[in-house]
Amino acid sequence: MNRRLVLMLCVLALAALPAFNALPADHPLHVPDFLVSVVGKWICYAILALAIDLAWGYAGILSLGHGAFFALGGYAIGMHLMRLIGPRGVYGHPVLPDFMVFLGYTELPWYWLGFDWFAFAFLMALVVPGLLALVVGWLAFRSRITGVYLSIITQAMTYALMLAFFRNDMGFGGNNGFTDFKELLGMPLNTGATRAVLFYASLVTLVLVFWGCAHLTQTKLGRVLTAIRDAESRTRFLGYNVTRHKLFVFVLSAMIAGLAGALYVPQVGIINPSEFSPGNSIEAVVWVAFGGRGTLVGAVLGAFSVNALKTWLTSVAPDLWLIVLGLLFVIVTLLLPKGLIGLLRRRGS
Amino acid sequence: MPWLIPRGLAAALALLLFLSAPARAQEYEALLPGLAGGFAQQAETVERLGLLGDPRAIPLLQAMADARLLRLADGSLAPQQGATPPEGATLIRINNRVRGALRGALGRLQLVSPDPAERSRAAEGILRNRSAADIPLIEAALAREAQPPIRARLELALGGARLASEDVAVRREGIAALGASASPEARGQLLAARAANAELLPDIEAAIAAIDRRLQLRRAAETVFQGLSLGSVLLLAALGLAITFGVMGVINMAHGEFVMLGAYTTVVVQELCRGIPELAPWSLPLAVPAAFLVTAAIGAAMERGLIRHLYGRPLETLLLTFGVGMILQQVVRLAFGAQNREVISPDWMMGTLLLPGGVAVTQNRLWIILFALAVLLACFAAIRLTRFGLEMRAVVQNRRIAATMGIRTGRVDAMTFAFGSGLAGLAGVALSQIDNVSPNLGTGYIIDSFMVVVFGGVGSLMGTLIGAFSLGLLNKVLEPYAGVVLAKVAVLVGIMLFIQRRPKGLFALKGRAADQ
Amino acid sequence: MREPSHSVTRRGLLAAPLAAGLTAPLAAPALGQQAPIRVGVLHSLSGTMAISETALRDTVLMMVEAQNAQGGLLGRRLEAVVVDPASNWPLFAEKARELLQLSRVDVTFGCWTSVSRKSVLPVFEELNGLLFYPVQYEGEEESRNIFYTGAAPNQQAIPAVEYLLGADGGEAKRIALLGTDYVYPRTTNRILRGFLNSKGIADADILEEYTPFGHSDWQGIVARVKRFAGEGKKTAIVSTINGDANVPFYRELGNQGIRAEDIPCVAFSVGEEELAGIDTRPLVGHLAAWNYFMSVQSPANTEFLTMWRNYIRNPRRVTNDPMEATLIGFKMWAQAVTAARGTGVDAVREALYGQKVAAPSGYEVEMHRNHHLSKPVMIGEIRADGQFDIVSRTPTAIVAENWSPFIPENANRRR
Repeated sequence: MNRRLVLMLCVLALAALPAFNALPADHPLHVPDFLVSVVGKWICYAILALAIDLAWGYAGILSLGHGAFFALGGYAIGMHLMRLIGPRGVYGHPVLPDFMVFLGYTELPWYWLGFDWFAFAFLMALVVPGLLALVVGWLAFRSRITGVYLSIITQAMTYALMLAFFRNDMGFGGNNGFTDFKELLGMPLNTGATRAVLFYASLVTLVLVFWGCAHLTQTKLGRVLTAIRDAESRTRFLGYNVTRHKLFVFVLSAMIAGLAGALYVPQVGIINPSEFSPGNSIEAVVWVAFGGRGTLVGAVLGAFSVNALKTWLTSVAPDLWLIVLGLLFVIVTLLLPKGLIGLLRRRGS
Repeated sequence: MPWLIPRGLAAALALLLFLSAPARAQEYEALLPGLAGGFAQQAETVERLGLLGDPRAIPLLQAMADARLLRLADGSLAPQQGATPPEGATLIRINNRVRGALRGALGRLQLVSPDPAERSRAAEGILRNRSAADIPLIEAALAREAQPPIRARLELALGGARLASEDVAVRREGIAALGASASPEARGQLLAARAANAELLPDIEAAIAAIDRRLQLRRAAETVFQGLSLGSVLLLAALGLAITFGVMGVINMAHGEFVMLGAYTTVVVQELCRGIPELAPWSLPLAVPAAFLVTAAIGAAMERGLIRHLYGRPLETLLLTFGVGMILQQVVRLAFGAQNREVISPDWMMGTLLLPGGVAVTQNRLWIILFALAVLLACFAAIRLTRFGLEMRAVVQNRRIAATMGIRTGRVDAMTFAFGSGLAGLAGVALSQIDNVSPNLGTGYIIDSFMVVVFGGVGSLMGTLIGAFSLGLLNKVLEPYAGVVLAKVAVLVGIMLFIQRRPKGLFALKGRAADQ
Repeated sequence: MREPSHSVTRRGLLAAPLAAGLTAPLAAPALGQQAPIRVGVLHSLSGTMAISETALRDTVLMMVEAQNAQGGLLGRRLEAVVVDPASNWPLFAEKARELLQLSRVDVTFGCWTSVSRKSVLPVFEELNGLLFYPVQYEGEEESRNIFYTGAAPNQQAIPAVEYLLGADGGEAKRIALLGTDYVYPRTTNRILRGFLNSKGIADADILEEYTPFGHSDWQGIVARVKRFAGEGKKTAIVSTINGDANVPFYRELGNQGIRAEDIPCVAFSVGEEELAGIDTRPLVGHLAAWNYFMSVQSPANTEFLTMWRNYIRNPRRVTNDPMEATLIGFKMWAQAVTAARGTGVDAVREALYGQKVAAPSGYEVEMHRNHHLSKPVMIGEIRADGQFDIVSRTPTAIVAENWSPFIPENANRRR
């Protein structure tokens, strides 16, 4: 049973995609840009799934608001991308992005300061989700809100953020969000080379996050987390500071989600408040459950397979895909409590 | 009031005597073709017909206002009889300007009508199209009018007409009359009169201030009503969840879709009733049991077929029901189309009702508040007074002991879930009266419903009631200051903080059951 | 043997949908002769926008079928490629790329919301695709890869407000601008404010209120408008409220007794489809401004109606302005392809300029070099049967000003 080899083969197969894309278009092995960009997107989803799995699968914290952390990370990098447009906007304003120009802003709001620097924006993509998770988590875990209640609280969090970000007066572009990005770190965004760079950046991040999570769950800290998941009160009575442990993993998970969002936005070219919609967060949880919660491979597999199915079905069965996907969710939760990975493992052994 | 008729007719005749009969008849005939002209000409003709006072104009003008006036092939005008116009006839079209003129003209012509409803409408029409020329007409009508609500309107109209007079003393009288009311229209007229009446400015300001004092209380009352109305919608949407989530611990993400199914059942019942004239006005009351039964049946099937396999794993039911919700939404979309479906409101649910003190409340929302309370009472009764309720409580408190007492717990589970789903269907009937009936109907309510249940205290119907109404009121009180979105965000953040203080909500269950 | 089968299954699962996704759109048969011309349809069939967009999908499919019945184009059959972007904006961009790169469509009809158009715009520009966008919008945009067949603000909003200020519209002196909080209402209202100021209406007489998408509780706002209207000047409402929120808004308007004679409400996003979900009896006289109404009497419209009802097999289905815009776009594209003798984007673009179509609105509309149509403007009053009485219309089609003169920043726009 050489799991590591299989995983490495998978990573290699993914890594080969942009290379095949670079082949001439009439080459039989040529991979269209579409596939590179769509798989790049799935990789970001897989990172988000890992973040959710870390909190839910290992520490029993089911957040239905992880989409918010993902979106905040995306917004942070989106703000940087907007700043990089500079005077190339439609109205040619030297400082303000287009949406601010026609909403009548005269100067950049203070919270936009600093986003000219990539390092700052990247830091914010981690810090802002982390801080939000710290506050919400501290409030919730301190008063021992668990299980379903926590899920509903986090859902309210992402819903409130969605409503707030939809407001044009917030200074984040309202419903249209940010689009029309030009470049990142000096690379124009609409070229195959940049797509390949972003693809590899996402893939490397995925591997690193996977590796980090795998290690974390093997350490003593990881074991305590699993203990909290399985018997919170008992762990508390054994003298562990449950609140602090949960807070740590929740914040870490939020930061990973923010990172995923930061990688996602330059690849899809748009960030808007519907990323905060509670449905998106639930969907991300569904990926994890579909693949198999509590196993990191399962989370990644779930993110890839559900999204691949979605991409495929929305084209071949545009009227029926919701029904097919819905049925799959029902079947998996009913018959495969351990998800796809459980099925694969059962057949493997 | 039969005695009014002869006196009313006499008054009409007296008015007619102002003009010599043959000249009037001639002018009437000469005016008529103008009704078929352009909008500007139509409006002018209507006004002149109103001032002329020939009662023959009433049926024509009324038909015109109802978009039933035809120009026949020979060029003459006649109201349409029957469903289809005769050969060669064209419908006379009007616009808002003509509509406004019609209201004023009909007001003048019908102010002496024997029908109180017509007189009331007429008084309203004059109030909005007042001119100084109407003063004698209104005074004559006031002298005869015995019904207090119509008198009040006539007095307002008289005040308005006097305000338009040339004579300062008459205008002052008019200001006093308007200032004695609590009418926003009167306030508007006074505000509009400020510019032209520099010498009467202190009187006008005093009159406006007096109206404002009276309106203030009314506005507060209306805000409370709005809050109660929002609360009742939340209550209806959340009641089903209070049962399925609060009592059974099932996180039903398809709850919103059950609400949607209830609304679609209303549409179907209405379509079925359309063919039967005796039933048509009753389609909405008929939809209530139908929606309950349909959604309850689907709920029972879902519980038996799917959810019962997942008891004790609440988070997995969440995912399962999310999938079911997706399926239901798309199935409805394929079956009924993605477009909104029309639900006709019965007449008794349309328009505004004036409560004592002049507080205006919309009828449909009033009915929904009453309906929500009725459903809540029925819930209490079902849980407290019926055998099913007893068994349900027994199973919730201790499943094993209940089973050893001979209660078929599986059946009780199915019935409880069906009950909760049926309540969601009832919410759908109510929401069909204020919201879109589309496949997306339910998605907008699911989060709010969860908030209400969690805020009120899981497992407590009383908590759901208090939770729904306090959230509704809070929202509506904040709305004028913070705007719609921020008010809602503030309420959500407030709930999050509150839950943090009281994790079990307003009405926490106590004792052993609370720890499960 | 256990190891290989394990890994094959795992990778097979990953690979199967990928491979299928790759080949499925390409798998349609070429029928031996020339390959068909592919028409992409990028409208949401699920999610919040399905309510509006499914009818447009059906319109395109109807046009494709009709064109095929006439022998296709250039002797080639047309083939529609329908995808569902599910009201999800990043998915719009993904599907646009899929249509252009995998399905290799020659033209795409799609999008409703501005944000979906903004999301696909870079993709169409990068891959040099051709998109027809059929919905009225806020303007302030011009892409060489997009043809806008809906109205720009000067073809809808400004004539409507002009009507309200005129004698026929009731000579309004105060205007309440109600809208959903997104870019179309914000921009339109900014343009309107500039216009109203130029007509001597001060800012104190303008009320601007925004609500979130799908807002369903309008009690407070309608009451506020009533109060605003009670200040002694003739008031009118200009509504840029989006799709879903209109039904509860109009119900509240009707129930609070706001009659069109007193406070007329003119809407830019309410058409026959939206009214199909409302009992319109209390709303008679409220207005809408469009470039087309179903009640227009013209031969082209009669043909459109018959064709639509036959296609959808429902004698009561309505048509609306964005459907007409879709039809115009399709006809123009077909004419341009014929003129260009091919479907190459650059040739078709050139051929599209100056293309004319006798539209169902009864006017001849023309595609200009600014990628927008000249269109007539019509004001309709709601009737009790859910249709509109046209109470005013421009004598000729009006050329679009997609860069509004009422937005001062347009002066330093990059061209």
